[in-house]
Amino acid sequence: VSKASPSTIDIAHVARLARLSLTPDEAARLGPQLQAIVGYMAQLAEVDVEGVEPMTHAAELSLGRHPDNLRPDQAHVPLGADQGLAGAPERQGPLVVVPRIIGEP
Amino acid sequence: MSGEDTALHEWSADQVAAAVRARTVSAEEVTRAHFDRIRRLDGALGAFLTVDEEGALAAARQLDAAGKNAGATADSERPLLGVPVALKDLFCTRGLTTTAGSRILADYRPPYDATVVERLRRAGAVVLGKTNLDEFAMGSSTENSAYQVTKNPWDLSRAPGGSSGGSAVAVASRLSTLSLGTDTGGSIRQPAALCGVTGLRPTYGRISRYGVIAFASSLDQPGPFGRSVADVARALQAVAGHDPADATSLPEPAPDVLSGLEQGVRGLRIGVPREFFPAGLDARVEAAVRAGLSLLAREGAELVEVSLPHSAHAVACYYLVATAEASSNLARYDGVRYGLRAADAPSLSAMYEQTRRQGFGAEVKRRILLGTYALSAGYYDAFYLRAQKVRALIRDDFRAAFQRCDVLCTPTSPFPAFRLGEKVDDPLQMYLADIFTLGVNLAGVCGVSVPCGLTAPDPAAGVPALPLGLQLIGRPFDEATLLRVARAHERATDWHLRRPPEPAARVGGPA
Repeated sequence: VSKASPSTIDIAHVARLARLSLTPDEAARLGPQLQAIVGYMAQLAEVDVEGVEPMTHAAELSLGRHPDNLRPDQAHVPLGADQGLAGAPERQGPLVVVPRIIGEP
Repeated sequence: MSGEDTALHEWSADQVAAAVRARTVSAEEVTRAHFDRIRRLDGALGAFLTVDEEGALAAARQLDAAGKNAGATADSERPLLGVPVALKDLFCTRGLTTTAGSRILADYRPPYDATVVERLRRAGAVVLGKTNLDEFAMGSSTENSAYQVTKNPWDLSRAPGGSSGGSAVAVASRLSTLSLGTDTGGSIRQPAALCGVTGLRPTYGRISRYGVIAFASSLDQPGPFGRSVADVARALQAVAGHDPADATSLPEPAPDVLSGLEQGVRGLRIGVPREFFPAGLDARVEAAVRAGLSLLAREGAELVEVSLPHSAHAVACYYLVATAEASSNLARYDGVRYGLRAADAPSLSAMYEQTRRQGFGAEVKRRILLGTYALSAGYYDAFYLRAQKVRALIRDDFRAAFQRCDVLCTPTSPFPAFRLGEKVDDPLQMYLADIFTLGVNLAGVCGVSVPCGLTAPDPAAGVPALPLGLQLIGRPFDEATLLRVARAHERATDWHLRRPPEPAARVGGPA
């Protein structure tokens, strides 16, 4: 079933998938905007794409020139845990603290 | 020494590097001269989010001292010796706040430098600070920054373009000699056009993206702004080349784009894609670009009409691919490893949702939602997969055109600088600002915008002259030919020498 012309976008559902909680105001504003944008995007249904391979990445251009592009197998010193975690909002030693997830309220 | 009769902030990158090398001026003096201007003028312009005067002066003094000790050998390895550079605040700078224009990274201090930043430093450039941008580079006016509005120096009531608006303004207003931006759909070329400077978006893979905060990974590419083609070429040469830390960077050294710069366009074929000169195109834009084409023809280029038949679908295709990738890339901002975390969330999932609600601005939310929708069950085939197929057709259009010509020439932006606030509440209108630039990103080729005219001022309406940009598009990895054509156009005109009026200096500011 082609859903290229969506009826009404379920903004609350999409927001849940995106882990964004919207205020009622935001949902009221973003919903119609999204609807208009998606309506514009629906023009792609007019394009004949029969037999066309999707282009997934622009790197195909450089990879095409160097199909065996692998980095040398050399050891290097990465950032240490202290530096790597320096920006974490809450830490305990080398660990990041997050709210409880098992048995989440 | 050329340039000694003009102020330091007017010098080209080459003039600065040569003078510092010859010790007729020190890197420290050049740096101070630019901070003097930033202090006086940036209050009115808003180009910088963070200035690093202390760090920059220390780096400059170190360059001056190293030159005294090691002499010419050390200097010759530094093609940008003492040259001031401003960085879009999307490039990670070690220990220096990097916000991406977002509240969610308000206090983020990266533990490492982006590869391009490291290479700039190695080349002797002096990093002045970080420039304003649309949040996560999402926008075409720099108005989506969570922090401040950046003004177009030609008319302070207008937008500088975006998303790299701060970097364009820094160079246009002589607050920095060079700057770096990123270009995912036109974010270097469009603000370059609207601010009257030269901006290069190299081929995808030419410059490392390591340490560049990701927006849409198959489209993002860093690139330089300058006040001349030679300056931009010099900056490209300093930062380009393979980086083992970015698997998508082309495993070849930086190209020599300087030695052929003056070769001219005789014998080159320049393609004029008819879809980029539609009926109803702003007459001022069309006249300026056609004048540029005539100049190139007079210089010996052959003009050929070509067609990029799928161009009409580029905006729809781009905003599906880019937002799908963005929705995935921005999933990392979850309040766990860095950046903002919402306080007092009762559970992990509530923490994620509240952090992202508080941290992201409206346009970023819009794009995350659009991308999530395009990737969601039931809509993936109709939107994301179909967009990827249309992208392949757009790429094939460019390939076919480059069978018939060496370089393409189009307008950069469909209109000159628009008023602040004019489009910000109408996302679709804002997206259409990128109509001529985003094909380059979809196809993965290279493009540059050069100044090609000024609009006639309208004193009665209070509208001053505004700059116009001409876009040249080159074959993948053929920046050398691209810049050669840009230089031939520049040599035949003086548009790149026009400068915006000086904004009123801040009264009573620090000396």
